[in-house]
Amino acid sequence: MTRKTRRLWIVIACLACVGSAAALTLRAFSSNIVFFMAPSQVKANPPSPDRTIRLGGMVMAGSLHRINENGTPVNAFEVTDGQAAVEVHYTGILPDLFREGQSVVALGTVQKDGGFTASEVLAKHDETYMPKEVADELKRTGKWDPRFGKAPDASSWDTMTAKKAGG
Amino acid sequence: MFGPEQGHFALALACVLALVQFAVPLWGANRRDARLVGLAPYLAVSQLIALGYSFLCLVMCAVSDDFSVQNVAANSAVSKPLLYKITGVWGNHEGSVLLWTLILAVCGGAVSLFGRNLPDILRGRVLAILGGVSAGFQMFCLLTSDPFDRVFPAPMDGQGMNPLLQDPGLAFHPPILYTGYVGFAVPFAFAVAALIEGRVDAAWGRWVRPWAVAAWCFLTCGIALGSWWSYYVLGWGGYWFWDPVENASLIPWLTGTALVHSAIVVEKREGLKIWTVLLAIATFSFSLSGTFLVRSGILNSVHAFANDPARGVFILALLAIVIGGSLALFAWRAPSLTSTGLFSPISREGSLVLNNILLCSICAVVVTGTMYPPFMQLLAGRTISVGKPFFDAATIPLTLPLLLAMGVGTALPWKRAQLARTFSHLYAAAGIAAIGLVLCFWKLSGVLPIACGALAIWVIAASASDVLRRIGIGHTSAQGVWERMKHLPRSSWGAALAHIGAGITVLGLCGMSQAQHAIVEVHIGETRSLAGDDWTLLDVHDYIGPNYKAMQADIAIRHNGKLVTILHPEKRDFTTQSQTTTEVAIHTNFITDLYGVVGDRHGTGKDTTYVLRLHRNPLAPWMWLGGLVMAIGGAFSLSDRRMRIGAPKRAAARNMARA
Repeated sequence: MTRKTRRLWIVIACLACVGSAAALTLRAFSSNIVFFMAPSQVKANPPSPDRTIRLGGMVMAGSLHRINENGTPVNAFEVTDGQAAVEVHYTGILPDLFREGQSVVALGTVQKDGGFTASEVLAKHDETYMPKEVADELKRTGKWDPRFGKAPDASSWDTMTAKKAGG
Repeated sequence: MFGPEQGHFALALACVLALVQFAVPLWGANRRDARLVGLAPYLAVSQLIALGYSFLCLVMCAVSDDFSVQNVAANSAVSKPLLYKITGVWGNHEGSVLLWTLILAVCGGAVSLFGRNLPDILRGRVLAILGGVSAGFQMFCLLTSDPFDRVFPAPMDGQGMNPLLQDPGLAFHPPILYTGYVGFAVPFAFAVAALIEGRVDAAWGRWVRPWAVAAWCFLTCGIALGSWWSYYVLGWGGYWFWDPVENASLIPWLTGTALVHSAIVVEKREGLKIWTVLLAIATFSFSLSGTFLVRSGILNSVHAFANDPARGVFILALLAIVIGGSLALFAWRAPSLTSTGLFSPISREGSLVLNNILLCSICAVVVTGTMYPPFMQLLAGRTISVGKPFFDAATIPLTLPLLLAMGVGTALPWKRAQLARTFSHLYAAAGIAAIGLVLCFWKLSGVLPIACGALAIWVIAASASDVLRRIGIGHTSAQGVWERMKHLPRSSWGAALAHIGAGITVLGLCGMSQAQHAIVEVHIGETRSLAGDDWTLLDVHDYIGPNYKAMQADIAIRHNGKLVTILHPEKRDFTTQSQTTTEVAIHTNFITDLYGVVGDRHGTGKDTTYVLRLHRNPLAPWMWLGGLVMAIGGAFSLSDRRMRIGAPKRAAARNMARA
């Protein structure tokens, strides 16, 4: 075996592996990328029910209630970005840091009826902490400017919008 | 004696010593001045002593509750147990950077002590490179993240540590993981020294391999420990979340595994030299960027960067110098390195090349998946994330040929192999793998788990049969077998063990893909069944711990009416930090884990219900057991005589003569 043929073999093997790796990556990207959406975006153009998304916003104060489906506890709460609210259903134990009136990110799918079924709920309990996506969304919609103190209570956002719309 | 000022001074002293350690031996090696080069080991050891003293000072500040030190005030508290006061030192950014440089200094000290058989000039250059990296990070520590900063007025008590981190598993996880990360600095320094010298030969391969193997063992243990921690502490029943922090440790592990294998080819056949040097540089570069970009969160959130721009700019500049500099040197000098060993594609070398290509392809996929979201965020402004489904879909198909080749590779001879002859050695293993395939069809569901399971059995069987063949089982007498066992190099035992360990881990992963769980809401005394077991909530009671209030549940698990175990999961409420943690209860028989979590309490009086999460995780312990076996295999291979005292001489001792 000469140096040239050996090199050819190695190059072929490299191309085959890297090529298949690239193909696999692209295929996996096309079906498995998870987009972040705010409740208003979900309401405006709901993604198809087989598409997993990350839904982020504030848990509306007083919206958390529990439904017992044949002994399986389901947590239901509303997530809002101030313009729209989406009802989230989550079967499982909510994270230790989950609180009403605080930010949350839920991973799951949007159902045909517009509700959201979460497979995972992430929360972090901290006065100042807010997932970056949620903070950006709040700033984008003009609900919160971080220069003027901390974010307003989530339960007040809808009314803020309503007032604006009315006036 | 051990105050923060002394520690601060010792750190500055170590930094200066590291700078000297960088400059003097390099200059001496250039001028062929043996005395200047000979200073390197002394400088390395004195730098280690200074840094060790500095680290001890920080530990003493934490132990003696010196809350005038900002770092201690922010991360410790009087009520914290002593063990966690000590381990809390590296549980924060400043302390972990100090630990990082300390481990780097330990590596330098180890090269000085154990590298006596290296040519002086090569050792001088290796130590100089290590010193340069050390100096950079000590400067980073001094200028932007000083662990000895004082605070005035000193608070009466510290803010305490995150209760999640109060766990023995996590206490020792960072040092082990960091040793793995930092350990790859030594192969990196060897690679850069070889590039400066313009020479890579079999002896170089033999010198560099033990360091790579040692670092690889620590990294393997560190990853396994981290995964075990998230399994039993976080209480989600998961073991690997493919988040950037975890990927940051997996990426150098993949290239490090490739490095450990390609260095064999350099050592035995003087082939793949350029590639091995590149892998050594890449592995350390990934370790560096992993620890400092991903772990510090600079890449993930622009906030971390904006909060402290000096820190971020410093780190980026440092990374650019180390990684960019070594790659530039590589581009300049690598063409002068030529490989000599010729081999056919079907040979041991060929299989090692395939191993490298596959490992690097997997690594490329993981890097892409980790880096794509932040780049999309930066360039397109869209927030996306990729998780387990992406990584599973993209990496598992590449792992399958890797596992297949793992079994064949060790059975192939060097240079050129005859397939028929090789396969005649593998009949037994193939038979066992076929039985394994049937077993997998019966026990597992899903195409990928079945394929992975059967291939894992194939890897284990092929590795075991390879060793058995070499020691002559079935061919020679018991006496002969014993003789051969004694003479089989430990590195062969080590390789077989490491491959078996990888097989065990893959089997564990396959088992976990069949995990079942249920989330139930029950009254006391109620029974629910999950996968053939009956789980009964016997009782729930409250008690008060040292710095928390706890709710403990007693859950009895019965199989066909026979009591298996009683689990005691807890939910703890840490009052000072107003934080809740979940204490998982796990019963294992090393085949199946029964995993119970207690959640919220609802209602009052007779109507009180509790939310429980019940998991049945087949083969879960095997994942970490396999990691341990892999690391033991590596350690076994390190104990090989050749590695310890081989004292290889270079073909022509030109360097010595010229010096």
